[in-house]
Amino acid sequence: MKRILERIVELLLTISGAITTIVILLIVVFLFREGLGLFQSSNVEKGYCLCVNTENTVLQLTPFQIKQIFDEEIDNWEKLGGPDEEIVVFRFSDSFLDSYSEEELGKNLEFLPEKLGEVIRGTPGIIAYLPVQYQPINQRGVRILQDGKIKLSDFLGGSEWIPTATPSPQFGVLPLILGTLWVSLFAILIALPLGLGVAIYLSELAGEQMRKILKPAIELLAGIPSVVYGFFGLVIIVPLIQKGFHLPVGETAFAGSIILAIMALPTIITVAEDAMQTTPQAMREASLALGANHWQTIYKVIIPYSISGISAAVVLGIGRAIGETMAVLMVTGNAAVIPHSLFEPVRTIPATIAAELGEAPSGGPHYQALFMLGCILFLITLVVSISAEIISKNKSQAKGI
Amino acid sequence: MKQFILTVLIVILSLPLIYAQKLKGSDTVLPLSQKEAERYMKANPSASVTITGGGSGVGIAALMEGTTDIAQSSRKIKFDEKQKIQESGNTVKEVIIAYDALAVIVHPSNKVKNLTREQLDGIFTGKITNWKEVGGEDLKIIPYSRETSSGTYEFFKESVLKNKNYKSGIMSMPATGAIVQSVSQTKGAIGYIGLAYLNKEVKAIGVSYDKGKSYALPSIATAKDGTYPIVRPLFYYYIAKSEKKVKPFLDYVLSATGQKTVTEIGFIAL
Repeated sequence: MKRILERIVELLLTISGAITTIVILLIVVFLFREGLGLFQSSNVEKGYCLCVNTENTVLQLTPFQIKQIFDEEIDNWEKLGGPDEEIVVFRFSDSFLDSYSEEELGKNLEFLPEKLGEVIRGTPGIIAYLPVQYQPINQRGVRILQDGKIKLSDFLGGSEWIPTATPSPQFGVLPLILGTLWVSLFAILIALPLGLGVAIYLSELAGEQMRKILKPAIELLAGIPSVVYGFFGLVIIVPLIQKGFHLPVGETAFAGSIILAIMALPTIITVAEDAMQTTPQAMREASLALGANHWQTIYKVIIPYSISGISAAVVLGIGRAIGETMAVLMVTGNAAVIPHSLFEPVRTIPATIAAELGEAPSGGPHYQALFMLGCILFLITLVVSISAEIISKNKSQAKGI
Repeated sequence: MKQFILTVLIVILSLPLIYAQKLKGSDTVLPLSQKEAERYMKANPSASVTITGGGSGVGIAALMEGTTDIAQSSRKIKFDEKQKIQESGNTVKEVIIAYDALAVIVHPSNKVKNLTREQLDGIFTGKITNWKEVGGEDLKIIPYSRETSSGTYEFFKESVLKNKNYKSGIMSMPATGAIVQSVSQTKGAIGYIGLAYLNKEVKAIGVSYDKGKSYALPSIATAKDGTYPIVRPLFYYYIAKSEKKVKPFLDYVLSATGQKTVTEIGFIAL
């Protein structure tokens, strides 16, 4: 009877382990499956096409060129290798229908493609943005521009993130990746010395009374919701930075870094302190017996002994900083530019996903691009944890501990 | 006991028979719809109206799939969306329930009082970068925008920027409240918000759409008489087939009491 019970418990434990692993794998697979669909999508908005006059020699346009044309930044076909003709931008809208009577267009708009064809034929420099079902197929004087697929190089190397631009959305994630790394890097540079300092103090120097007050206080810090941190940052830290550094705008990468540092502190302190606490009493006493003073014992014995725990603290801190969403969303200004200094607005990957997933049409390129961002975030944290693993392994082997 | 279970069963089964209506869509219209529904249900205890947000596009998509009865929208239905509904053999009906004006706001210390559409266009597309170019002091302009998914973002882009894109790297804020907060503490800031969010911490700017001949400040009165140009209608869309089902609620919203709620929320009554 007892044996059977043991078997059942064993089985249950195995199953729960297996289920957790499978679920994690499935999430990763799902993330990549949704994200990779992006590179199957056309770079012109779905259901629409671009038409030009046949006299035009330009055969294909990149998404960035299309955006520049429709923003009136490029105004002559010559700049794109075409004839010397001014570009006329035509967007199909309901008002176009109003200029024709119902008989001219037909009951179900069956003559609409013809009318659109006429317009395109009559304007040599036109670029028309039309719904696919009304595109003038096989008409004299009209050529439909070939649309390409969204390229990986454009995605990773592009410097503009305007996912709702029509006709051609801009998915350049470089500013987002750099923004995320930039904010996290400075957050960890602020949090690490502070966090380790507090951890050493708590573990080695603080008296029993002090520990009793400080420990719960720090743990409380971890329990504050991130929105509260964000609001605190927006109302207190942002104006302080703006006034303190005489900046035109206070929502900067620096504000994000400070908030993230505060948020990562409890994690770093708790994990590092736990690691230091595990140093055997015998080792401390041995060090002191050899004539080392308190400070020498700390940095020659305790820190080397607990180095793997400390690097775990660092990794968890970085992970917290990279993945943090709400607080950063509120204080960094969310401008998708490649950061050049600490005192400029930046936009991070998690903030982008949180802000945009709500209204991105499910299954569309924008939605897939956001999933792709999730994949990139996943890969970044994966690299960070693997490298930390390797570092701590090497260290402990070298010391022979 | 048996009787109790029977009663519960009957109640559960009869729930869908009561006029249950679903509204879905724009977050801008959401607070208005909620208030209207609350009062409507108070007046008609047998009715039940559930309201969810998600954005204008989401609401209209739900209308196509038949998972909502009314789609609330802060923009006009797009041509291809209308087409898709027609292809499935239905016709979509449109009702304007209120108007919303977008106010352009700056820091209270800013001396600039008026801007033309062309100047706003230049500021938000990044061609004008200093306040002295539009008659203010020598100060960098910091334009604030909403997130790309917002209906307000789309409307401002369509009306003021004439469909051009915002300058790349514009500051984008997750909520209207955040724009008010940021503009109120940044000297060179400019942003746009719904009229209902306007308060004393920021200054509204007079806007001209006729190249500077006449400027109008945003208010319910100027929006109503048409002198203030950045005004958008707020819509309810429904399928013609389900007109009977949604009619009582629509009538309530369009009635005098319903329109009083519109003004209370800070929108402009019809």
